[in-house]
Amino acid sequence: MPILNHLWIILSLPLAGAAINGLFGKNWAKIAVNSVGIGSVSLAFLSVLEAIREFSLLPAGQVSFFRNYFNWIVAGSFKVDFALQMDHLTIVMLLVVTFVSLLVHIYSTGYMAHEDGYYRFFAYMNLFVFFMLTLVLAANIVLMFVGWEGVGLCSYLLIGFWFLKQSAISAGKKAFIATRIGDFGFTIGILLLFWTFSSVDFGTVFAKAANMPAESATQAGVLTWICLLLFAGAIGKSAQLPLYVWLPDAMEGPTPVSALIHAATMVTAGVYMVARMHPLFSRAPIAMFVVAAVGAVTAFYAATIALVQTDIKKVLAYSTVSQLGYMFLGCGVGAYAAGIFHLMTHAFFKGLLFLAAGSVIHAMGGEQDMRLMGGLRKKIPVTYWTMFIATLAIAGIPGFAGFFSKDEILDAAGSGTNAHITLWLLGLVAAGLTSFYMFRLIFLTFFGKERFDEHKAHVHESPKNMTVPLMILAFFSIVGGWFAAPHLMGGADYFEAFLHPVFAAYGVQSGIEQGASLAGAAGEAGGISPSPAMELFHALTGPPVILAIIGLLVAWWFYIRRPDAPKKLAERMRGLYTLLLNKYYVDEVYATLFIRPFLWISTNVLWHGVDERVIDGTVNGVARVAREAGGQARELQSGNARSYATWVVIGAVGFTVLMLGVWGMVR
Amino acid sequence: MSVVPVSYYLVLSAILFGLGVVAFVFKRNIITIFMAIELMLNAVNLAFVAFARAWNQLDGLVFVFFVIVVAAAEAAVGLAIVITVYQNRQSLNIERVNLLKF
Repeated sequence: MPILNHLWIILSLPLAGAAINGLFGKNWAKIAVNSVGIGSVSLAFLSVLEAIREFSLLPAGQVSFFRNYFNWIVAGSFKVDFALQMDHLTIVMLLVVTFVSLLVHIYSTGYMAHEDGYYRFFAYMNLFVFFMLTLVLAANIVLMFVGWEGVGLCSYLLIGFWFLKQSAISAGKKAFIATRIGDFGFTIGILLLFWTFSSVDFGTVFAKAANMPAESATQAGVLTWICLLLFAGAIGKSAQLPLYVWLPDAMEGPTPVSALIHAATMVTAGVYMVARMHPLFSRAPIAMFVVAAVGAVTAFYAATIALVQTDIKKVLAYSTVSQLGYMFLGCGVGAYAAGIFHLMTHAFFKGLLFLAAGSVIHAMGGEQDMRLMGGLRKKIPVTYWTMFIATLAIAGIPGFAGFFSKDEILDAAGSGTNAHITLWLLGLVAAGLTSFYMFRLIFLTFFGKERFDEHKAHVHESPKNMTVPLMILAFFSIVGGWFAAPHLMGGADYFEAFLHPVFAAYGVQSGIEQGASLAGAAGEAGGISPSPAMELFHALTGPPVILAIIGLLVAWWFYIRRPDAPKKLAERMRGLYTLLLNKYYVDEVYATLFIRPFLWISTNVLWHGVDERVIDGTVNGVARVAREAGGQARELQSGNARSYATWVVIGAVGFTVLMLGVWGMVR
Repeated sequence: MSVVPVSYYLVLSAILFGLGVVAFVFKRNIITIFMAIELMLNAVNLAFVAFARAWNQLDGLVFVFFVIVVAAAEAAVGLAIVITVYQNRQSLNIERVNLLKF
């Protein structure tokens, strides 16, 4: 088993690619940078496939494969290994990460072709893949945290890729600082985890947690605190309320970056983390409820902002925040598999949406405002069709990937354990809103009158290396959800069955976490099993589907049938419209509540007070004492040889007196 | 013939050494200061010899030889310096040699 025993190979490939391109690629031809950048990721993808093949050959009972490569940190009883592990959850993440990365790398060769710093872009992208794979493969939470911070670093570097643009630099800093607030909780969570379990190793921690009873739903115990603190990190990294503000700004980065990092992979790290830590979360009902509530509220809240945005990437950014909310909602109600499933389908269709939006922007020569687009359907047909498929997928139209995963999450939110009617309703309304704003995007961009200057824009379809990744992702946006098809007919879902070993290994005794996911099986056990046809009928005509179609029709009415209607509605509901257009003034509120006071304290207290007075004062004071003392002492060096002679004599006499009188060296 | 007690030598040595110190500190002529240093060295030599005799040990005598050798070398270098000083200052007054200071 060459790869499985050496999982580090998967990591080192993109790292090597990043090092080679970053150190030597500056003056290389594009073709050389491409072969290193794409080559390393495709090799990583192939080794992942090989590792999965080898994993499937393991004995049936083995849930996870673990290998310790070396001791990384040893300090007393605190021990961190460079250890990697692989289980079914890892497999899903590895496939998504390496596959989408590969496609985005290929796409970037077209999108970034005319940019300066081409080698730098690919070096950062490869570095990102390395850290993301570290995060996914890590077998302890400290190593996971290394990947966690590393992807944040790459995110910062890539958002600020065009570092001559002030807004890009600010957006990069904002992303880094906002996630850092969450990471503060995450680090404390790690400490608390170690304090509780005396280990940071997933296997050890989970085995110990499995012997602990579930905590009560009314009183927060240590598990709840660990989970809440770790979830704070997820809130920052996965852009949930209230730390989501960095993600829309992160759209300043190149579009492939938005597709890979800020849609498909990095932002889903929080969801992965919650799913990975499920043995703890499942035993902390309060934390679970917080996860679900934050997810549901964010899903709804971000969707409302997306309704009125005019920048094509901003709509997608808020949509990503909203969809991440769905994933947390899924995890929060115990349907981890559904959350991860949505993570996977979302990686396909949202990655596709961003790449297609990039293709639109490319075609329009850099224009991102949808009000200045329109009628692009005929001019860039490949982009149009692929983006349309992705829209159908995200809107939850039956048959497409998003339908299956969203349906499962809503199903769990409505009927699973920890379910609540409010959570379900929020998710449901958000689904309708999602459908509306996505079709609004499609209709504004591709239908209607051409609202741009054809001579200036010079609209053209993107080259092959951009359209082929679009088509591949479109394919997966359709079939990516079909694993779950049997679920519709009340059967067991292949995807959940695949992940079942992971989520069952450390389950709570009562089986709380599977209540939702294996609803079909439970139904059979209970003896009340509606016929598959009835189940299918219910799923296809359920509220999510109806709302998705209503969203579609409303968007059609507003933006195709009566293009002047949106303006009138905006006039009539001016207050609400301005509120949404200004994103609930959250940035302004944060600026007033946190940033300005913080800046004031930093400037007046920390800078002028502590730094200038205390620290500089101490240092300068010490220097002045030394200088004055030296000034006094140098007077001794008079240059007069006779005074030196006098000092010598005084010294000799003094020393003699000391020896004889004080030390008593006379016998 | 009675043996002169060792304390006599030591007292003489101390007197000579004290004279050397006084001359070393108060004299201004470099040559005189130089002679004062020689006087102190020889006062110590006398003490060494006296102890060597009193304890019947050779160590003191060996030490004296070393001191004489070092003193000879010192006289060679020192007198060369004195000549250079005189050439530069046209004087042997130690107070005129005072440039190396703060």
